Amino acid sequence: MDPLSWTGSIAFLNPILMIALAILVLSVLAWLLIGAVMPENRAINASADGSVTLASGPRDMAALVLRFAFLGTAAIVLAYLVLGIVLDTKAGIIGAMARQFLPVWVALVVLFGVSISYKRRLGLYGKLFDSPIGMIGFALVMFWVFTGFFGSLDLIVTHDPLSQVSGMKNKVPGTPLRNPDEGVLQWYLLGGDNLARDVFSRMVKGAWEVVKIAPVATIFAFMVGITLGLPAGYFGGRLDTLLSFLANLILAFPVILLFYLLVTPEIVATGLPQYMAAILFAFPLIFFGVLINSRFRTQPSKNFTWLLVTLLPLSLLYLSLINEEGSKIDIAPRALDFIPLPGGLLVVFVSVVFVNSPTVFRIVRGLTMDIKTRDYVAAAQTRGERPWYIMLWEVLPNARGPLIVDFCLRIGYTTILLGTLGFFGLGLEPESPDWGSTINEGRKLLSIYLHPALPPAMALLSLVLGLNLLADGLREESLKD
Amino acid sequence: MGMFILRRTGVMILTALCLTFIVFFLTNLYPNLEKLAKTQGNFRMTDEAVASWLDSNGYAQPTIQKYGQWLGVLPGWTHETEDGVTGRCITGTLTQAEAAEARSFCGILQGDWGYSTRFKDEVSSIVAERLGNTGYLMFWVLMLMVPSALIIGVLAGMREGSVTDRSLSTVSILTTATPEYVSGVIFIAVFTSSTVGLKWFKGTATSAMDNPTFENFFLPVLTIALYGMGYIARMTRASMTEVMTAQYIRTARLKGVSFHNIVLKHALRNALIAPFTVIMLQFPWLLNGVVIVETLFNYKGFGWILVEAAGNNDIELLLAISVVSVFVVLVTQLISDIGYVYLNPRIRMS
Repeated sequence: MDPLSWTGSIAFLNPILMIALAILVLSVLAWLLIGAVMPENRAINASADGSVTLASGPRDMAALVLRFAFLGTAAIVLAYLVLGIVLDTKAGIIGAMARQFLPVWVALVVLFGVSISYKRRLGLYGKLFDSPIGMIGFALVMFWVFTGFFGSLDLIVTHDPLSQVSGMKNKVPGTPLRNPDEGVLQWYLLGGDNLARDVFSRMVKGAWEVVKIAPVATIFAFMVGITLGLPAGYFGGRLDTLLSFLANLILAFPVILLFYLLVTPEIVATGLPQYMAAILFAFPLIFFGVLINSRFRTQPSKNFTWLLVTLLPLSLLYLSLINEEGSKIDIAPRALDFIPLPGGLLVVFVSVVFVNSPTVFRIVRGLTMDIKTRDYVAAAQTRGERPWYIMLWEVLPNARGPLIVDFCLRIGYTTILLGTLGFFGLGLEPESPDWGSTINEGRKLLSIYLHPALPPAMALLSLVLGLNLLADGLREESLKD
Repeated sequence: MGMFILRRTGVMILTALCLTFIVFFLTNLYPNLEKLAKTQGNFRMTDEAVASWLDSNGYAQPTIQKYGQWLGVLPGWTHETEDGVTGRCITGTLTQAEAAEARSFCGILQGDWGYSTRFKDEVSSIVAERLGNTGYLMFWVLMLMVPSALIIGVLAGMREGSVTDRSLSTVSILTTATPEYVSGVIFIAVFTSSTVGLKWFKGTATSAMDNPTFENFFLPVLTIALYGMGYIARMTRASMTEVMTAQYIRTARLKGVSFHNIVLKHALRNALIAPFTVIMLQFPWLLNGVVIVETLFNYKGFGWILVEAAGNNDIELLLAISVVSVFVVLVTQLISDIGYVYLNPRIRMS
């Protein structure tokens, strides 16, 4: 087997791409320079037929060139992908990767097609598709979400991310396997790492590690922050002083010191993470209980049904999450413990929630203090509504804009925290393909072999960048209302 | 104002006490002590041997009592054997008579920071030396980060929605999305590796501890500075755009003041109040960046001893580290509050 080159038979596209990129860079520079130096054009031309147009000057020319250069480059990149999907390994590493990601492309096209055609009926989510920045961010995020999801179903990965293949140690991208099994891809697309494992498959599997932990951990952090931040902002006084002191206490801790103290096997052995989980995971229960009770307090039968419908599954989930066989908290019967959450994963989860919730608390508290002075809150108070009803059904819905934006940013921050944990080898098992651990392994030989460390680093960068852009787009669109 | 500072100092001391107690409690949990005993003694110790080692080294007392001794409000422990007396305030083994003369209190209140089990040295000297290294690093990070972040923010915010604004905002989003371990790895790969060929910088900063040069010191500084820069720049931009829409700026424009003068003389001063607070509150994050970058570039400073101490459960060194970092965090918060009042005369402390 010959080694794969980067582009294989579609190499004829490379010079075209180079030219397009050069034009793009030049036009960006020209655009910036003209934008900074030339004054804005305000001249108005009246033509013979009576219509009035803005005179086009060098600024508009530069913008036009930039637009065409960008579209041209995008078209060529698209050509790489389409030809890659068609030609598979004949189109080199790029082609083979494009083919491997086929389920992701299909899912992305379907998602965007459906969303754009119904965007007027989809509220804030639909408005996202009016902002180019937001769309790019959403596309990046969903790319990794789909990659993680399909990767966990073994659709994208080419090799087992944990198995070591002889002769593949630190091999460059596109190296063929020595004696490949039937039905397996015969190359390591992005090369092998220092334990001769496939870098590409590990990167794809690493996406799942992030996708399965980060959003859920962020939701938990929001539950904790909202449940404590609302009363602190609404009631103020001693309660506020106490809770703010606790939040500042956690925020004054250097995050890495906290991780080192919490995420060690010795601490897991004491059961401390489980006790913390028992407290932190109880907040969603409290939140939904109070949410429903404050709404249907006056209609006992409806209240009871709703509470039963939400709290029963949530309690089961709660028990299953904190309960672990043979650990300090082992109270539920085996049949109820349907989510296996090993100590290492639990402690990562708990510490990420623990670090994030004080910041959410501060944001919610600030928003509540602002919103409680509004007229509709005064109206509700005059109607004689209970404090919790006002907090959860009047204040919270009106604070949703900033909270949704912060939610996106916070998932990105959680991703960075998970990477930090992996980077210091804390929590997750040593073989784990998560991006932080892979970067940590790869960096040791970085001056000789670049390929093991760069793919996970780029993956993490693009996911967090996508989340930041998404948050930016959402903020822009929600301000337009 | 005096009352305000006094109250803040009180809260600060309370916070520091709570935090150090948490660190103390976590490091003194039994599995951690067992690990410490095994690394200090030997790895094949029996459970009885571990218990007796802990007992003779003063670790077997109740946590509160040990914490009091570390603080210096309770007398240090002593342990008598046939050979003589050992104890917290005693170096080596002494006879009964000599031990009676030794100090009975030796905690941080007496200026005694304890002994590092990892480095076999006085904690105070280790922390002082490593903090010096990190202080040097931090100084250059701030020198690079603050001016460039402010310039980017002001340039982006002075014409909202312009070409410069959009491109600079994209740059700042990009830097906030790049954690230190990603940008560090990319920089090392591009600028130091022999495969790419741009051998402009050195991939480690070990030699920078004795002899810092541009070649071995720039990459760590840049890596820390970039991550914080985007955030400060975005805050500066937000504050600058707000100021530029203010009434008095419009008045200045209508009077015919040149744009140049409006930005430099009228807007800039008011626009820099908010970033001042943000810069001060960035210190805790910089501390994180320091730990990552010192590990990545092998620069033996404060972050490096944090990793070493935490990895080896070096209790007294960890406590000293947390005291120092909590102190840094809280003092910067205090400075940011006081500075805000001085910079913004509309706010007065009651």
